[in-house]
Amino acid sequence: MSLSRFDFQVICDWIHPNSRVLDLGCGNGELLNELSLNQGVSGYGIEIDDKNISKCISAGINVIQRDLDLGLSDFDEDSFDYVILSMTLQASNYPHRLLGEMLRVGTEGIVTFPNFGNIKSRIQLGLGGRMPVNRTLPLEWYNTPNIHLCTLKDFEELCDKLDIEILERRAVSQNNKTGPGLKLFPNLFGEIALYRFRRKAA
Amino acid sequence: MPESIPDDSIGLVKSSIFHFNEPLALASGLTLNEYELVYETYGKLNEARDNAVLVCHALSGTHHLAGYYSMDDRKPGWWENIVGPGKVIDTNRFYVVGVNNLGGCHGSTGPKSTNPATGKPYGPDFPIVTVTDWVTSQHRLSEKLGIKQWAAVVGGSLGGMQVLQWAIDYPDSLRHAIVIAAAPKLTAQNIAFNEVARQAIRTDPSFHDGHYYEHDTIPESGLRIARMLGHLTYMSDDIMAEKFGRALREGTINFDYGIEFQVESYLRYQADSFVGSFDANTYLLMTKALDYFDPAAAVAGDLTAVLAKVSADFFVLSFTSDWRFSPQRSHEIVRALHDNDLNVSYAEIESHHGHDAFLLSLPQYLSVFSAYMNRVAGECSK
Repeated sequence: MSLSRFDFQVICDWIHPNSRVLDLGCGNGELLNELSLNQGVSGYGIEIDDKNISKCISAGINVIQRDLDLGLSDFDEDSFDYVILSMTLQASNYPHRLLGEMLRVGTEGIVTFPNFGNIKSRIQLGLGGRMPVNRTLPLEWYNTPNIHLCTLKDFEELCDKLDIEILERRAVSQNNKTGPGLKLFPNLFGEIALYRFRRKAA
Repeated sequence: MPESIPDDSIGLVKSSIFHFNEPLALASGLTLNEYELVYETYGKLNEARDNAVLVCHALSGTHHLAGYYSMDDRKPGWWENIVGPGKVIDTNRFYVVGVNNLGGCHGSTGPKSTNPATGKPYGPDFPIVTVTDWVTSQHRLSEKLGIKQWAAVVGGSLGGMQVLQWAIDYPDSLRHAIVIAAAPKLTAQNIAFNEVARQAIRTDPSFHDGHYYEHDTIPESGLRIARMLGHLTYMSDDIMAEKFGRALREGTINFDYGIEFQVESYLRYQADSFVGSFDANTYLLMTKALDYFDPAAAVAGDLTAVLAKVSADFFVLSFTSDWRFSPQRSHEIVRALHDNDLNVSYAEIESHHGHDAFLLSLPQYLSVFSAYMNRVAGECSK
């Protein structure tokens, strides 16, 4: 089965078989389904959207209907090997708190988000003078759920502030094209940023 | 009376009664030497006997889940919208069992039944039974029906509590537990509502300390008040505003104590239909079973610990405007389940219908509920 999103493929590669995973904003359960079918991963998805809840249940995914902005207080410390937040950080009310919560309940965190530092966004804002609308950010400023957009640099600065150690970073384009530019200037050419991280050792 | 029975109904149904001679030791320490359970079944038990679904009823529910008793029957079973051919609990795929709980007043042994020791109705001498006792008796019935393991045990409200107890007491006897609009125990406020209802019944002069059968009367006014109070707590402020608002029956205030507001008329109608079909002693007993329910009490209130031996997969549902058993109460159940790494899904249905929403056909409710039951059916043998 091929996955509908390239960031899912990277996440699957990062996650060890048979680990316990919490997928925040799990959508229709596609990633969890893939992880459980092919890697023996178990765990739960958290999702707020009614239609997605029905889809997860049909797919046999453990899904809990919950607003992520209410926090993860129902989960104990260190309950999971990985807590995943794919393409959702930028839509949360308190990204910094959510990152803290992720590393409270999980050993490692995995985050993916649209890179606002991408050249297309920079040109649209810097030269065009308008909020970017492109294939990674398809909606207008007034109807987008993405209220906390950031760049790779922004995210890494926040991690530093929160004593988060970045273990792995990937910047990719949506169609998974690689090139020397992407390697050299990920914050300029990356459309989607992917990070794996953990708490800094005290 | 239905002119004809709707195509999507299970149709005409009959109840059966099973008489148990093995004594049942109750949580209270008392023993019922013999008793009967009345039940209904719909659909066919498959060869592997693995497609059976048990539906546990709530406070005023019965074993009559769906269908009609005759062409003159005014109303179908209480979960007609959920149980039937092609419905959420699909009788084409499942063998569905409904059972009237012990202490009930619809055919199973209860306060109205004759006490074999005295030849008179039990009345107040019928022992107070608990959710655990119900589950034990239901388990005995499942043995009689040749069902070793339920594909699912399903229930709303007090029925959901029985489902939870099933998963705790007989972990190997069910594959799926579906707990709807329930709670792991009652709050002080819940118990208080029950106590007001009980006081209404017990202080009715016609109650005669529960021996009203011998006086050929019933504590009608007490039971009416109990039902009206209960019914209020099953609705939300919003739905009452929407249904009745401040509408007046005669369009004007009369400065008297007759029925003036529509909401008063509605409550009295609810009370009327209840008094004709429900026994006051059973009502008392059911509210006690609710109050006593607290499976975690045995392990110092640790719900996670009490669910440690559970093996069923769970589906927990709640309704946003349910203030009797609020979503928060379902979160407690869900948390204890995922703390044990059990398979659990949870849906919080947006609804302004209050607690009674679990009886309604809300689109999202039907969507997730049928998605889950589909999964359960998919795991059963053909």
